[in-house]
Amino acid sequence: MEANMKMRAKLKSEITEVKVIISHPMETGRKKDDFGQLIPAHFIQLVTATLNDKPVLEMQWGTGISKNPYLTFYLKDAKVGDKIAVTWHDNLGKTGSSDILVAT
Amino acid sequence: MQRRAFLSAILIGTATALLLPLRAIAAAWNKAAFAAIKLEEAERNLAIDGEILSKDIEIIAPDKAENGAIVQLAVTCRIANTEAIAVFVEKNPTALIGNFMFSNGAMPQIVTRIKMAETSDIKIIVKAGEQYFTASKNVVVLENGCG
Repeated sequence: MEANMKMRAKLKSEITEVKVIISHPMETGRKKDDFGQLIPAHFIQLVTATLNDKPVLEMQWGTGISKNPYLTFYLKDAKVGDKIAVTWHDNLGKTGSSDILVAT
Repeated sequence: MQRRAFLSAILIGTATALLLPLRAIAAAWNKAAFAAIKLEEAERNLAIDGEILSKDIEIIAPDKAENGAIVQLAVTCRIANTEAIAVFVEKNPTALIGNFMFSNGAMPQIVTRIKMAETSDIKIIVKAGEQYFTASKNVVVLENGCG
């Protein structure tokens, strides 16, 4: 699933900035297709970020997060070479994850 | 116990999310809070009460959004011991957008992009220790982003 995610982690002045983009439709379940049929809800519900396998950020999302979700978060205790991983789960049971090493 | 409910679902989710099937994940996700139409109802389902207005929550969002499908939102919280940031859009079909919980050196600061159906306040509620704090920012939406 790594093709569905992009991550970047950059250490600057003691704080690591982590940027994540996930390819996902984030369908609300209220939109209709060209034939007037409702498009079923399909959205990410749970996202977890870890630093060297320790949880740092846990998120619950609803349909109000934009399509192809974008997230930036900030870590105090990360060092160059540390591993940051992000895993998501959606309402249809699909899941994806990606990781990256902290760089300068 | 009530306050714990704000976070407990996420905690359970984390411990298990990596391995468990959909049913377990669905149980960890706070369905009642996300299904709530009214903001007050969503807050109640997160066991939020008595939130205090705070100037230490900084919200950066546009005054006017051309397209409600993508409204960039940055929240920075300067309140000590912040555990979680919950994001609401008062006039969306369902008010709760997301709940972000921090631990192990994660700073209480996020940037994300949200959908807004119409002109509305974005309301942020922060959990710090046993207390809740809040701040709001109005965004004028020119094109519905929830269709």
